[in-house]
Amino acid sequence: MLFVLLVVVVLNFLMLHLAPGDIADTIAQTMGGADEQDMAELRQQYGLDQPFFIQLFNYVIRVALLDFGHSHFYNLPVFDLIMERFPATLLLVFSAQILSLFVGILLGVYAAQNPNGLSSLFVNMFSLFGYAAPVFWTGILLLIAFSLHIPIFPVSGMRDITIETDNFFVHFFDVLRHLFLPMITLASIFFAYYSRLCRASMLEVLGADFVRTAKAKGLSKKDVLLKHALKNSLSPVITFAGLSFSAVVSGAILVETVYSWPGLGTLAFNSIISRDTPVLLGILIFSTLMVTVGNLLTDLTLKALDPRIKI
Amino acid sequence: MNKHFLKTLLLTATLIFTSLGVSFAEPKKGGTLIAAVGNSPRHLNPAVQSGIVTGFPGAQLFATPIRYDNNWEPQPYLAESWEISDGGKTVRLNLVKDAVFHDGVPIKSSDVKFSLETIKKNHPFKTMFAPVVSVETPDEHTAILKLSSPHPALMLAMSSQLMAIIPEHVYGDGQDPKTHPQNSENVVGSGPFKLVEFKSGEHIILERFDDFFIDGRPYLDKMVLKIIKDPATRTIGLENGEIDFYAFENVARNIVRLKKNDNLTVTPDGYAAIGPIDWLAFNTKTGKTADVNVRRAIAYAIDRNFILKAIMLGVADEARTGIHPGSPFYEPNVEPYNLDIDKANKILDDAGYKKGSDGMRFGLTVDFGWPGLKPNAEYTKAALKKIGIDVTVRASADFPTWAKTVSNHNFDLTWDTVFNWGDPVIGVHRTYQTSNIKKGVIWSNTQQYSNPKVDAIMEKAGVENDMDKRKALYSELQKMLANDLPVYWTNTLPYHTIYSKKVGNPPMGIWATSSPMDMTYIKD
Repeated sequence: MLFVLLVVVVLNFLMLHLAPGDIADTIAQTMGGADEQDMAELRQQYGLDQPFFIQLFNYVIRVALLDFGHSHFYNLPVFDLIMERFPATLLLVFSAQILSLFVGILLGVYAAQNPNGLSSLFVNMFSLFGYAAPVFWTGILLLIAFSLHIPIFPVSGMRDITIETDNFFVHFFDVLRHLFLPMITLASIFFAYYSRLCRASMLEVLGADFVRTAKAKGLSKKDVLLKHALKNSLSPVITFAGLSFSAVVSGAILVETVYSWPGLGTLAFNSIISRDTPVLLGILIFSTLMVTVGNLLTDLTLKALDPRIKI
Repeated sequence: MNKHFLKTLLLTATLIFTSLGVSFAEPKKGGTLIAAVGNSPRHLNPAVQSGIVTGFPGAQLFATPIRYDNNWEPQPYLAESWEISDGGKTVRLNLVKDAVFHDGVPIKSSDVKFSLETIKKNHPFKTMFAPVVSVETPDEHTAILKLSSPHPALMLAMSSQLMAIIPEHVYGDGQDPKTHPQNSENVVGSGPFKLVEFKSGEHIILERFDDFFIDGRPYLDKMVLKIIKDPATRTIGLENGEIDFYAFENVARNIVRLKKNDNLTVTPDGYAAIGPIDWLAFNTKTGKTADVNVRRAIAYAIDRNFILKAIMLGVADEARTGIHPGSPFYEPNVEPYNLDIDKANKILDDAGYKKGSDGMRFGLTVDFGWPGLKPNAEYTKAALKKIGIDVTVRASADFPTWAKTVSNHNFDLTWDTVFNWGDPVIGVHRTYQTSNIKKGVIWSNTQQYSNPKVDAIMEKAGVENDMDKRKALYSELQKMLANDLPVYWTNTLPYHTIYSKKVGNPPMGIWATSSPMDMTYIKD
């Protein structure tokens, strides 16, 4: 894992430094221009006047000491910035992942019962629509529908900053209200994956001998489906959910930007635009950790579902 | 209907409204303004950070010596009066007596001196205070600026976000003011609002400063500035009433859409001093565009009206020169380069650029600095094909990539948006001065244009105190530039302010939201 992290750090550093332009250009942009002296000072201040390998070496050493550096743009420690934004992304990513798994599995099970029927076709079309539609487009459509024409959800942010009460439940429901549309938008990408995978897996399992035996024993349809078939068809879905965790994290960047959700996605977006390399590198390292942990959790879940699996 | 009846009706109506206590112009105190901003500022201290993103909160947090009305006339602000003497080489500022910073410490002339020196050393607009050699402080409420030469741009440079008065007892602690921690938190300002919370990328919350030096102001209790990057989200927020106010909207389709909303007011007023202009810049040093005939032919082949009507959807104004049409120095009587394909072809033929068998004469590249200018670049390709120029559109990944290309002079043509920043000395000269050809520096004279006569006029206009003479000099300058054409100016960037009908007296002066909103209020 440490080797993976080292490779990630070096490759990310290399790629970000290959791009033309730097933070000094961005600062000049935000300042409406800067003269030669200012530009030279900025590059010296951020160590950009050093040779590439020295910059890389210094960075790797700092990361090894758990120092992710200082944001060029925000003038704050990168670690603090990431920690400040991490809970919002975690909330969005996990709620979207759980929702997409739940709805995806539900649709998959439903479609598998009548694979050639109209309901199955409808499930397929609904799922594929979510998969094919660009996430920012889905986001804007939902905003037009549920913030403009039926104004029940707010357009941006994670909380209403004009609320002055300290009542926990008021804030809790306020966050839920803000979370709803971003969560649906992010989850919509994965409905198709999970429902189709679950449908295919269920179809395979429903034709297996042990299901036929269960039916022959006179078990109810519900018991056959939920206790026997579903449990055995979940492994591929869970495996895929683990593998697609990185896609959920990257999808969050777009969703957070559309809804101004104050998470790592908006921070990453702003860091890319402003060439805030330390922040971007920090987020990439953090994302790597998140994905690694996500995969580990997937393995543990699989083991819980299927005792034959050994970790 | 006779006149007596009308008069009686008017009088009766006035009496009824007066007796009901209805007043149309009386601002109401209290309330919270929810505004949106399109980007997160690096920090909130405009003394060391330029740009409109810092300018909005910065102008609310920090007062300046003077402010401007919408007729370009300076008005008292932190300086209750001023005197200019010694042929413009001495400027005496008489400060208001009871002004205090947000921590209660009195604002003194030494703070003005400290602020000016900090800005002069750290602000990117070096020309603002370049001639100021010293600031004398004979007493706590008098600051005397001594200049090496007359500097008419000084008055504008002392307004808006350009000369924030910052506390010496905070920023004079030896730390670098550009990275001072109190640029973002615990900001001690001098303006009508004080900082409650700045969460970068999320919001800025400001609240009324009760001890502000203008009695009874500001009217608002609170300002919440939500940072919303996505233009579509902002638009929906304005439409559903979640956002009361947004300045600097420049997406033409959003402006057109929001104009149809009865609950909103959409206005282009208030951006004359910021002065944003879209233009097509030429590399005047290398390649085919070094030839002025090529530049003129290109200008004749590009239809400014197409850009105004089809790309800008009628919400932008024509700009024939590098000075904003809202500026008193704008000279519209220059060669307009109206669309004339025959003339453009003839100029190129006469200059020896004959068409080949494929109908093309030569190829050029066109870059663009902002995503919003991509349609202009694509239109340039189509327009120049008509005169036998094969244009390749080069899309940069982001601003730094484009800036690197253009500032290193590796371009033929590039679309850009550049700001005037009030006085031509601050935001216009930099584009054409020979001394400002600086490789690697964006928004310097990246065209590498050089004309000693143009340099001389700018030098003269920069120190001319007589307004009429100054106008004449800038008129001559604009005519010469239109003739040499280092840049083909097309239109103003269509900045618009959009606000709910419940918002009263939004900032409509020359500096838009880069000016204090102490007079803005929420109606009943």
